Amino acid sequence: MIEFTDVVKSYSVGTQALRGVSMRIEDGEFAYLVGPSGSGKSTIIKLITGELKPTSGSVHVNGYSLERIRRRELPYMRRTVGVVFQDFRLIQDMTVYDNVAFAMRVVGAREKEIRARVPYVLELVGLETKSRRHPNELSGGEQQRLAIARALVNNPSTIIADEPTGNLDPAKSLEIMSLLQEINSLGTTMLVVTHAQDLVERFHKRVIAINEGVVVSDGMDGYFEYEGK
Amino acid sequence: MKGNNFGYLIKEGIRGIFLHGFMSFAAVFVTVACLLIVGTFFSVIYNIGLKVEELNEKNEILVFVDETFSDAEAKSVGSDLALVKNVEQAIFIPREEAYEDFREDMGQSGAFDGLSTQTFRHRFRILPTDPQLLEETKAALLEVEGVVKVKVADDVVNLLTTIQNVVSMFSIVVIVALVFVSLLIISNTVKLAMADRRDEIAIMKMVGATNGFIRLPFVVQGFLLGILGSGIAFGAEWLLYNFMANQLVQMDGGLLLTMVPFTQLILPMLVIFAGTGMFVGVVGSFASIRRFLKV
Ligand SMILES: Nc1ncnc2c1ncn2[C@@H]1O[C@H](COP(=O)(O)OP(=O)(O)OP(=O)(O)O)[C@@H](O)[C@H]1O
Ligand SMILES: [Mg+2]
Repeated sequence: MIEFTDVVKSYSVGTQALRGVSMRIEDGEFAYLVGPSGSGKSTIIKLITGELKPTSGSVHVNGYSLERIRRRELPYMRRTVGVVFQDFRLIQDMTVYDNVAFAMRVVGAREKEIRARVPYVLELVGLETKSRRHPNELSGGEQQRLAIARALVNNPSTIIADEPTGNLDPAKSLEIMSLLQEINSLGTTMLVVTHAQDLVERFHKRVIAINEGVVVSDGMDGYFEYEGK
Repeated sequence: MKGNNFGYLIKEGIRGIFLHGFMSFAAVFVTVACLLIVGTFFSVIYNIGLKVEELNEKNEILVFVDETFSDAEAKSVGSDLALVKNVEQAIFIPREEAYEDFREDMGQSGAFDGLSTQTFRHRFRILPTDPQLLEETKAALLEVEGVVKVKVADDVVNLLTTIQNVVSMFSIVVIVALVFVSLLIISNTVKLAMADRRDEIAIMKMVGATNGFIRLPFVVQGFLLGILGSGIAFGAEWLLYNFMANQLVQMDGGLLLTMVPFTQLILPMLVIFAGTGMFVGVVGSFASIRRFLKV
């Protein structure tokens, strides 16, 4: 579960990126986070991953209180949250298989578990035949699916995707969104940041809209509104 | 830590070394050079120390008795000598014995055949309680009735002790400087390896690797560099030591300045080399890691 209560976030310069955000995403839920550029979406994600601390208010993620989490606990909180970035952040000199296995290895998984889990996850995202390729030998959509596989492999209870379709054509974007929903249907809480309005409306899911650092609309069924929509 | 992770760490550590072959080479080279200097200073101090100890054991004071004294009178001076402060024991050496000792020391050269026992004075060998207080004891002994001369053989010891102190002082300064240089270069090598892998580290943090886990391959890298350096340095020091020992023997025939065989020094040398190597490697890599682990 992700819960924001009156979260204010100011960057050192004095810009208030978030000006009192409250929201709650239940376990197993699927939600879109939309808003114009500069509205504070990435700031919300960084607060969830513990990269930033709130200036005031509280952020709860899967049982951890992030406004007062200890540095030693942070890695364990992060294992409960898988993150997918718009720019993929893949390791270029590792194969598809190793990019995914790496994420398991660095949290101390056994080689035996890795050999069993990685092929399963690659199959889930449809990359089972490309496990020996390198990221630069994949299309944009395939790279994004690899990034999703990596976010998924440690079986986090929550996945957060920051503009996962930002670099993809409409057909590929649809594929990725469908994949994310499929993963959600297996029980993973999903928060997807996106600009792809048409997709959001099409999928009839919960949409949290944010503008200038405040939640301006939180509705079901693909509906949302904000100034400049 | 599970078994399979150990293999991962060693592999990553070695990968880091070869990724920047030249820097790694430089780091090992500098560590070897530093350790060789450290080891050589240590050898010098160690050997001088042994010599000083040996000479101190032999440290003795000779007291010569007035030659006009009769044998019995000379012998009785001993009871007065024994009362002097810092005198543990006063051993009487009649002139006949002194003569024999002298003949023995000089060998069969025959140059001193003309000497008779009468040339020698009766004497006492004084064993001091505290060998450090030879000068004071000498003065006190001269006060005793019948004593005409007191001989103390401590010049060499004084000289060696001075040399030992100077070398020790100097080497502490040099060693601190050299260890610092090694630290710096190992730290830079590891820093380069980390900068290369900035993206990987970011991903590790994102998926929830602990700082300890992220740090370990780099600590292993520093450790391997340090140990490699100390291993090479140890072998080189061995050769260098034997070379120095041989040179000394050729120079002065092994009379005053001798060096114990290197085998006697293996344990302390190993401790110093491995200890310094590990310290430099591990501390050097820790120093560079800290910056990379924020958030
Ligand atoms: N590191 C930073 N220092 C100062 N200000 C920042 C920083 N990061 C973001 N901001 C500001 O905070 C506000 C929100 O930024 P944020 O990145 O959360 O927006 P966003 O909704 O993700 O935008 P986009 O859709 O363009 O990615 C913006 O005004 C931005 O300029
Ligand atoms: Mg953003």
